[in-house]
Amino acid sequence: MADDLQHDILIVGGGGAGLRAVIAAAEAHPDLDIAMVSKVYPMRSHTVSAEGGAAAVIKDNDSIEEHIHDTISGADWLADQDAVELFVNEAPREMIQLEHWGCPWSREEDGSVAVRPFGGMRIRRTWYAADKTGFHMLHALFQTSLKHTAVKRYDEWFATRLLVEDGRCQGVIAIEMRTGEVHAIRARSVIMCTGGGGRVFPFTTNAAIKTGDGMAMAYRAGVALKDMEFVQYHPTGLPGTGILITEAARGEGGILVNTEGRRYLEDYNLGEPVPIDDPRHPQLRTMELGPRDKLSQAFMKEQDAGRVFSGEYGTYTHLDVRHLGEQLIMERIPFVRELAKNYAGIDPVHEPIPVRPVVHYMMGGIHTNTDGETSLPGLFAAGECACVSINGANRLGSNSLTELLVFGKRAGLSAAEFAREHPDLDTDGLEAQRADEEASIAARFRTPRDGGERLATIRRELNATMEEGAGVYREESGIRATTEKVGELKERFENVGIDDHSKSFNTELTTAIELGFLLDVGEAVAHSALERTESRGSHQRTDYPDRDDDQFLKHSLAFRTDGAPRIEYADVTITNWPPAERTYGN
Amino acid sequence: MTTETMTVTLEVFRYHPDTDSEPSYQSYEVPYREEWVVLDALNWLKDEVDGTLSYRWSCRMGVCGSCGMMVNGYPRLTCNAFLREFMPGPIRVEPLRGFPVERDMVTVLDDFMEKLTDVKPYIIREEEQSLDDGEYLQSPSQLADFKQFSMCINCTLCYAACPVYEHEDEFLGPAVLALAQRYNLDSRDQGNEQRQQLIWADEGIWDCTFVGECSAVCPKDVDPAAAIQQAKVEATNNFFISLLPFTPPGMGR
Ligand SMILES: Cc1cc2nc3c(=O)[nH]c(=O)nc-3n(C[C@H](O)[C@H](O)[C@H](O)COP(=O)(O)OP(=O)(O)OC[C@H]3O[C@@H](n4cnc5c(N)ncnc54)[C@H](O)[C@@H]3O)c2cc1C
Ligand code: SF4
Ligand code: FES
Repeated sequence: MADDLQHDILIVGGGGAGLRAVIAAAEAHPDLDIAMVSKVYPMRSHTVSAEGGAAAVIKDNDSIEEHIHDTISGADWLADQDAVELFVNEAPREMIQLEHWGCPWSREEDGSVAVRPFGGMRIRRTWYAADKTGFHMLHALFQTSLKHTAVKRYDEWFATRLLVEDGRCQGVIAIEMRTGEVHAIRARSVIMCTGGGGRVFPFTTNAAIKTGDGMAMAYRAGVALKDMEFVQYHPTGLPGTGILITEAARGEGGILVNTEGRRYLEDYNLGEPVPIDDPRHPQLRTMELGPRDKLSQAFMKEQDAGRVFSGEYGTYTHLDVRHLGEQLIMERIPFVRELAKNYAGIDPVHEPIPVRPVVHYMMGGIHTNTDGETSLPGLFAAGECACVSINGANRLGSNSLTELLVFGKRAGLSAAEFAREHPDLDTDGLEAQRADEEASIAARFRTPRDGGERLATIRRELNATMEEGAGVYREESGIRATTEKVGELKERFENVGIDDHSKSFNTELTTAIELGFLLDVGEAVAHSALERTESRGSHQRTDYPDRDDDQFLKHSLAFRTDGAPRIEYADVTITNWPPAERTYGN
Repeated sequence: MTTETMTVTLEVFRYHPDTDSEPSYQSYEVPYREEWVVLDALNWLKDEVDGTLSYRWSCRMGVCGSCGMMVNGYPRLTCNAFLREFMPGPIRVEPLRGFPVERDMVTVLDDFMEKLTDVKPYIIREEEQSLDDGEYLQSPSQLADFKQFSMCINCTLCYAACPVYEHEDEFLGPAVLALAQRYNLDSRDQGNEQRQQLIWADEGIWDCTFVGECSAVCPKDVDPAAAIQQAKVEATNNFFISLLPFTPPGMGR
């Protein structure tokens, strides 16, 4: 529909990053016209499901230096150290800000915020709201954003592509779900905050909406996707559903046990186990509190050795929290109990929880600098869809929620500056693009066609090939097969058929567009993984088992072409922490 | 029959605003699996049989609040309603009651979102503490005062269960009143008076007979009925206070 929707700043995505960007821009620039588009009501965004906590240095026994070091070593030295320094320095203020905005952080007796241990962190610094941290953060941010009544929200509008004219991003095209109309929303600057793309894999903690939309839209507009080969497997998901059992369960003292009753992590260079009744348990940066990449890899090795349980939904080991007792479980990790009871049919107070590694987070994303700027003028990005990078080859648990705040705010402020400096928009050119997108959606999805494949068939094959070729362990022939398969699926996707050709709230149409996004994300992941012939963090090549700093202390950059993506490399910024061996254990 | 071959009938509410003058029900056979929730069955239908079925969902772990529907006449999160609870079926799936229907199981949420915004659900203070001075102190027991009311996922099941909301357009409703109370009870907040004006003007709270259906259906134990009850008590006290010729100490109006 040709109409007149125009704003100074448009934020795409209403999760933690998007909301933080909105509030930052609205507070600093009350005169600017700010709008937010989200394919779901903001409080449904996937930030809602984060459980464990958000890291920031607040206690006297902690230091900025330690948080920086944990993050950089956790990232297997692929993080940009200037970005990490800035992140760690700004984190405490951001977290206090969220406290002032009402987030119900768990507290110490003296009324100060409480912190808990988390994997890969040498000191307790993870703030938490029981085990519904993301839920509380998201609702606090959303509710606080409601103070800014001038902000225009497009709830349940689905962005399909970026509007690029004169080499500048000038808005997005979006489908209004209720009516099915295709609109151009013009804007002087755009911030992508669309979250991750875990749904490219079959077994994931990610919600249905995490389909990498923003990554794919930026990629299609010529912006590089950075470090896409780094996909985080969380070591403890429920078999079958992939529902996450938070790392906080181990932070509070939960242990991982194999079929022989052994705390098997002691066999994988993660230190010596301290007995569960010893007051020193759990030990930081040790055993169950090692980093996620190493824990997930240990599971795969145990599986090869036949020391895992097997059930109807695949193999698993045991996460045992029984020794914590009912009271502590109810106080600190009540959601874990609720989830295990509902979805695994066991009560963790009395039985161990079955768990296995599950795709959880994408370290990679839209290539940005620390101000959220991309290579496309007018386009900014923040949150899980962006890659600054503070996460490098392996994100530390509880750094991501904080990242949403720090970089959401920075992107909001820099997008505001850009909007001020670039007032002119090419209204006619943008309308032509909108009309073109509307026609192409109509031709592809609103016209019945015979014999097309079902969406689910292509999605399932994509999921399967990603897991086969680009899972926890990878090697040349497997990844190559995946790149070829993804190419084939992209061709088949052109002829996909859908049942629903109507307009109002057509979720089959949006699912189809999401599948197109997933195929692009899958392509970038697979090709980036193929080219990186070393092992680092979450990217483990059995044919190249060692880290190779000479060749690969570099970010990968995947650029879209008509054929296979072009992979380039960019240097990692090293400031004060020269690459060293990653060591864990007491 | 083995579980492999067992099926169950879903009777699904269908309504499309572009083509239907009124709703109808469509029956589908879906495979029965022990671990499936109603949402899994709907997703199976959408993937394999009928892509036109429309409903909202996302997290599949009971926290995003989007998948609420009437299941056999009772408001439920469909990602947390197991097929096995309803065997041998049939299982009737309908949109949440009390809301206009956008399409199939998709309800119109405009009214709810507006009311949620109206109660000023954010910390209001006369004076902000500087970020440099750190966090506001809040003891675990002060946290406990409002914690329960902060657990609402905005799933609107309580509205579907509420006998007042159905008839009283202006009623803020259970979740929104619980949210107002969540901030009123937060030791960091000073916005009580601003919110109370709106709440006391809400005639709906007087129609609420405290049957507590809202609390019974709430999947997160928020107990919105208790919030409404508290609001009523406060409003009544305030009414009597307003009749007094003087302001009692500590009752600054
Ligand atoms: C189960 C789980 C637990 C986690 N626990 C933790 C934890 O304890 N600590 C931690 O630090 N991290 C945790 N993480 C990671 C962290 O929660 C996420 O990385 C983070 O919440 C992502 O936030 P975001 O704002 O980038 O995106 P999201 O919250 O995913 O929001 C994306 C937004 O973009 C919108 N959007 C997407 N595509 C479109 C489109 N095409 N058109 C319009 N809008 C669109 C969506 O509607 C949504 O509003 C967890 C992740 C998961 C999955
Ligand atoms: S109070 Fe309970 S039932 Fe009502 S919206 Fe909130 S979580 Fe849902
Ligand atoms: S899908 Fe999120 S609550 Fe059911």
